[in-house]
Amino acid sequence: MIIVGELINASRKAVGQAIENGDAEYIKSVAADEDKAGANYIDVNAGIFVGKEPEYLKWLTLTAQSVTEKPCALDSPDPKAIEAALNVHKGTPMINSISLEKERWDKLLPVVAGTDFKVVALCMSDEGMPTTKEDRLAIADKLVEGLTAKNVPVENIYVDPLVQPLGTNHKFGLEFINSVAAIKEKFPSIHFMCGLSNISYGLPERKFLNRIFLAQAVYAGLDGAIINPLDKPMMGTIAAAEALAGRDRSCIKYLKAYRAHLVVS
Amino acid sequence: MSIKEVYQAVVDFNEDDITDLVEKELEKGTDIQKVLQEGLISAMDYVGKQFSEGELFVPEMLMAAQTMKKGLEILKPKLGTSGGSSAGTIIIGTVKGDLHDIGKNLVGMMLEGGGFEIVDLGVDVEPKAFVEAAKTNKAKIVGLSALLTTTMPAMEETIKALKEAGLSVKTMVGGAPVTKAFADKIGATGYSEDAPGAVELARKLAS
Repeated sequence: MIIVGELINASRKAVGQAIENGDAEYIKSVAADEDKAGANYIDVNAGIFVGKEPEYLKWLTLTAQSVTEKPCALDSPDPKAIEAALNVHKGTPMINSISLEKERWDKLLPVVAGTDFKVVALCMSDEGMPTTKEDRLAIADKLVEGLTAKNVPVENIYVDPLVQPLGTNHKFGLEFINSVAAIKEKFPSIHFMCGLSNISYGLPERKFLNRIFLAQAVYAGLDGAIINPLDKPMMGTIAAAEALAGRDRSCIKYLKAYRAHLVVS
Repeated sequence: MSIKEVYQAVVDFNEDDITDLVEKELEKGTDIQKVLQEGLISAMDYVGKQFSEGELFVPEMLMAAQTMKKGLEILKPKLGTSGGSSAGTIIIGTVKGDLHDIGKNLVGMMLEGGGFEIVDLGVDVEPKAFVEAAKTNKAKIVGLSALLTTTMPAMEETIKALKEAGLSVKTMVGGAPVTKAFADKIGATGYSEDAPGAVELARKLAS
């Protein structure tokens, strides 16, 4: 499972304040915690600061990478912000994210074309949000076709099939999961990335639902998620789900999670 | 048989019986406005309150709103002729560049449940489309939704366009990243954190 740590996001109050105050120590401590907890990428997002996003995203990237060797997921639809962060980024970054919305596509495609960057490809187009498996597969098809045409290899594409809230349509969980299986079948070497929490919008005990949803999506082929890596029950659930889905030889990762006290019954 | 049963059907999300119950109430000679206000609208007010208190959840609120809507469909054709009018027309939409529709739809349903006439412009709506719709429909309020920090500036643009068009229409804004402070900053008339709150706010703004 490829874990992107979601905590360094300016829309979280403590992070937004740390950015405004130039509080590097706070950002460093979050990055170090996420690294230690098993994040493969550290997401950095300065989206709430209109006009200052490039400067802040660069600062977040520098600050986070001063305490971790892990690459960042540069979280912005603005190529200027991404370019600014790329100037200081070490390693191979993840670009979060491109979509089929024309403006976003046109702006970000030149940034990722011909690179070895990992690219999150969000299943969204100008026609709106996908609701069914078919909608998602159709958008994923175009995303993969367009990106590979610009020399982004399929294995560097992380499709985000877009989670929609179960509380507003009882098929939204199933359609997402089926789309993961369908996209994986069509492009066997592709990867996935997704924020899960939208599934439980408007429902009680959201974390409980998020975890079970993740386990079901892992079974269908989901191999990446943007989550809080400090969420121990979630990390334990990921280890268990991967083992149960046949992706953990000798249950090594599950046992490791157990010894890290992530597995609780 | 009483108006209480209409009320109860909405509160119980009883979509199967609402049509019959409303029709029977009308056959009995109960005033249409009374069926609307004391049956449907006050039931939705109760549901909204329960939701805000965390007793009910989104799917339940949706079911109640759908039940209410079925009842309203029976009343609507008759309301026009009896001289009864809605609480006013509200234009709603998600601002330019933003495709999120779930929160906006929820607010629309609750406003309709609150007795307003809703004109839903959908998602990715240009400022000038809000202006046009507000003019054509003689709207009292324009409700703007944004779910992305990157599309929040389009709210400001839209409010500016409404003002520049010389419309005296009130504006209300909402959506996950939107705050009261932001609403004040961009000159919106009001802000609500959730859908039932939007109904309360709209009543204040429309009165």
